[in-house]
Amino acid sequence: MMENLVIWPLAVHFFFSLILMFGWKNIRFQKNVTIIGNSVSLAVAIYLFIHIYQNGTQTLAAGGWEAPFGIVFVSDLFAATLVLLTAISGFAVSIFTVVSVMNARLRFGFFSVYHFLLLGLNGAFLTGDIFNLYVWFEIIIISSFVLISIGGEKNQLEGAVKYFALNFMASMIFLTGLGLLYGLTGTLNMADLSVKIANVESRSLVDICAVLFFVGFGIKSAVFPLYFWLPASYHTPPSAVSAIFGGLLTKVGVYALIRVFTLIFIEDLFLQTLILAIAFFTIISGAFGALINNNLRKIFSYLIICHIGFIIGGLGVYTELALAGALFYLVHDITVKTNLYLISGLIYRLKGNTNIKQLGNIYRDYPKLSVIIALILFSLVGVPPLSGFWPKVSLFQAAFANANYWYIGALIFGSLITLIIAAKIWSEVFWKNKDSEIPTRRFIQFDKLKNLQKAQFVVPIIVLAVISLYIGFGAQHVQELVSEIAHDLKNNRSYIDAVLNQEQ
Amino acid sequence: MQTTILKAASNFLLPVLLLFSIFILLRGHYLPGGGFIGGLIASSAFVLDAFANGLVYTKSMLRFHPGFLMPLGLTFSFLAAISPFFVGKPLMHALWMKGHIPVIGKLGTPLIFDIGVYLVVIGAALTIIFTISESR
Repeated sequence: MMENLVIWPLAVHFFFSLILMFGWKNIRFQKNVTIIGNSVSLAVAIYLFIHIYQNGTQTLAAGGWEAPFGIVFVSDLFAATLVLLTAISGFAVSIFTVVSVMNARLRFGFFSVYHFLLLGLNGAFLTGDIFNLYVWFEIIIISSFVLISIGGEKNQLEGAVKYFALNFMASMIFLTGLGLLYGLTGTLNMADLSVKIANVESRSLVDICAVLFFVGFGIKSAVFPLYFWLPASYHTPPSAVSAIFGGLLTKVGVYALIRVFTLIFIEDLFLQTLILAIAFFTIISGAFGALINNNLRKIFSYLIICHIGFIIGGLGVYTELALAGALFYLVHDITVKTNLYLISGLIYRLKGNTNIKQLGNIYRDYPKLSVIIALILFSLVGVPPLSGFWPKVSLFQAAFANANYWYIGALIFGSLITLIIAAKIWSEVFWKNKDSEIPTRRFIQFDKLKNLQKAQFVVPIIVLAVISLYIGFGAQHVQELVSEIAHDLKNNRSYIDAVLNQEQ
Repeated sequence: MQTTILKAASNFLLPVLLLFSIFILLRGHYLPGGGFIGGLIASSAFVLDAFANGLVYTKSMLRFHPGFLMPLGLTFSFLAAISPFFVGKPLMHALWMKGHIPVIGKLGTPLIFDIGVYLVVIGAALTIIFTISESR
């Protein structure tokens, strides 16, 4: 069935990006338009999600060229969920950006590029063509490179170069794998690939392809051997930018991994072992990195790596329950990580610092705010009724059932370290009795802002906190959703049928 | 480098190259050509002019900042891409006008899309080249 609705999340972002380009010089106009744009895209994403939830997978063949020949956009429940999460994070971050980022940075078309970044993210989630996925990845890299280097401070450029070099290399490896895969099968449509790859005779070549894809997407999602670009670059741009990067950019890599390794390269013991081993090391190295750092944003960067390991491990166990756990963790992680970076931005504005040794007294000065932040930290750790707890239940169960004890050990270790870090942050930043000196020349202090501006700082954090709470307390709804997605991923027949066998 | 020969030649070459770029743009649907290569030819015409007469002269001749062409071109392409929505066809479906117009041929959304590409390429190429040669 043909549905133009599938493309609306892309069209909306493109449209608003265009409008913003015409108002290049007028920052006030840009700020208003970007908030309107993100509200519209949130509305579209909610509508798309409800529509997909009720009517099942929808596809759109661009230009009317049918699959497997043309480019198709496929919105199954998995993609629609991620589009919805992108829209929520994008909305929250856009409000935060408007007030927190200096005008000197916003002058260079910041918001226009921001919309392009969201366009690329949505495109990567919705496309059903693997070469098209590569194109969306390029759009994401280019726009994120602009966002990360806008402002041009020295350490920012250093981070940007590392970020760009590694991600560009990942794209090249991905492209190599893509070329090989096209040579083997003669098709680029993911559903068609899934059918045709089973008939390829030389399995070793298929394995090489799979490893190339794993390395390419792995670098993008910051897994074990090549994760160092992430902590080297994510703490350099403004917090609002880090928030969208930390919340969504690495998750696109994870999305691509899950999509490719459930649809195209399946039922391969070698790969599963490889993925599990990588997940193990990712969790361990992320946890240690988080433990030894003192800069809030660096800690969060390493926590991202650690928790990416949880998700990848769920993919490695590869049972329906494990996939459901991994997806649940993905949903939880996007909201929480976006929020953590926003919080680090807020703390920077409150106290003028992000080094936890030099911070303190936030609980004394801002008790209500601290309670909200405490909730987020508890969600991150996974204290029972909150959101981080439920996915771990599924992951533990699935890992026990498959006897992946190394992975269980890593999970426990990762969770424990996360707990220690949350406690450390709480005691150092919120409870410790230390007044930090606030450098006043760089920005207006939080207390001296107007009420509306204060609200713009706090509201995005509250919005995301409420969503985290919903994920925790309404876990049944999310669990039902992710179980359904996991079922579809495991039995990929429905995806293939939706793309290839449409009745006209 | 300001030579009389290059100056005289570029005065004639600029309109010829622009005309040629439009020819390439219109030819593009079934034959080699199209918006991208047409845009490159057009921007090379302006670059040649800047070589001969100096950057300041070329910029004053253009009257507006070439960067403005980028959003304009993107708008053209965007409209061409989403126009099939309004008649219930999928994205980027080609809608053609009935009948034949002399010289241009058939009119349709692919042509508008290509014009958009043409403008974006001119805008991007000229912005890059002008910025680089200014910052020397």
